[in-house]
Amino acid sequence: MSVLMAVFKRDMALAFRQRAELLQPMLFFVLVITLFPLGVGPGPDTLQKIGPGVIWVAAILASLLGMERLFRDDYLDGSLEQLMISGAPMALVSLVKVCVHWLASILPLILLSPLLALFLNLTVEMYWALLATLLIGTPLLSLVGAIAVGLTVGLQKGGVLLALLMLPVFVPLLIFATGAVDAAALQLPYSAHLGFIAAMLLLALALAPAAIAYALRVSLS
Amino acid sequence: MWKWLHPYAKSESAYQLCKTLLPWFAISAILSLVIGTVWGLAFVPADYQQGDSVRIIYIHVPSAILSMGAYSAMAIAAFIGLVWQIRTAYMAMIAIAPVGAMMTFIALFTGAAWGKPMWGTWWVWDARLTSELVLLFMFMGVISLYKSFDDKLQAGKAAAVLAIIGVINLPIIHYSVEWWNTLHQGASISKFERPSIANEMLWPLLINLLGAGLLVGALTLKRLQNELLRREIHRPWAIKTLLKEGRS
Repeated sequence: MSVLMAVFKRDMALAFRQRAELLQPMLFFVLVITLFPLGVGPGPDTLQKIGPGVIWVAAILASLLGMERLFRDDYLDGSLEQLMISGAPMALVSLVKVCVHWLASILPLILLSPLLALFLNLTVEMYWALLATLLIGTPLLSLVGAIAVGLTVGLQKGGVLLALLMLPVFVPLLIFATGAVDAAALQLPYSAHLGFIAAMLLLALALAPAAIAYALRVSLS
Repeated sequence: MWKWLHPYAKSESAYQLCKTLLPWFAISAILSLVIGTVWGLAFVPADYQQGDSVRIIYIHVPSAILSMGAYSAMAIAAFIGLVWQIRTAYMAMIAIAPVGAMMTFIALFTGAAWGKPMWGTWWVWDARLTSELVLLFMFMGVISLYKSFDDKLQAGKAAAVLAIIGVINLPIIHYSVEWWNTLHQGASISKFERPSIANEMLWPLLINLLGAGLLVGALTLKRLQNELLRREIHRPWAIKTLLKEGRS
């Protein structure tokens, strides 16, 4: 337990000392979303229609951008190896690391989302649905993405490969998340969509830590 | 069964097994594909609604079923490799992957060609089409992850983890036509009760399905043979085999 706490504190401290790297995915997120009104035209109806999808796609891309940092620095300076031989349960350690990553680089994106909802002319109902899907959907992004990061951490050219591996896996999440917001736009109940995302999150929460630990073990062997 | 199966984990005996099985698979694949395709294209009556364009079903359905079959086979090989630490299982996994990708591509391509006259569009973002496209991306992902490692044992393990994650897509593809209200029609032959397709159309379809399965098997066996030789090129048995087969 104390090991996990120590890992949590250390990673938090490290994340907040590299402020520039924390800010980059946020800036990327806002910039990508700014491009859409310019690209498809600033008509309020069009923006409202594509808004949820755009925000979700941008969130997925932005989280992939920051995802590489999850294990890379620890891998390069050898502390990942030390953690592995320390005898601490690697599945729990990686779960803690994923939590830190979510708190440090995804939560800020969610905090920015009211501004972006304003940019894309979403209604209040749509915004609440979007917030709910982001809150339960993005931990799933981090958990599943971490498996791919674990697999590619030892490779020099991991960046694009990571996106290639992960984007197909995120398709169901994207479908249910934007489905929920679309339902909210029509004032329909969307709890079924949220339920599906929550079910996927719970499944990932149960299985992903073991898979991440195994992936790391493969990468370090 | 394990006692019987276990010796084949050794690369040399796996190679010999492939070599023995390959002609059987290849010949019967060609035979059944020729019979099924000729029967389907030339002798089966045209559909009363779709006319002659229904005949593409004899390519489309077998390749679609086999794309999922190949993925399951790949995932099973990956699982065996991870659990029992068998090197040849990883080789089998990566031998199947491009064959499965090809089957998925054929299914998508023939589906598009069939969709144009029937639905009036090459492509719709319907659940079954999208999930089949994702399956193609999963195959590509497994292949590219495997290719990016220099150490092939590590590559096998990493690609195996990814292959197993992708299994979640298979039930989505299979049930997509039931869970969502799709443009793609529901299942016609995989029902346990009476199939909802006329018998004279069903038989060539089943023969082609068998042929496609045998074809996937034959291509995989050949690729596995090559993979075994490539990986074990420094071993005496591989050198001996290469010399012997090169001479004859």
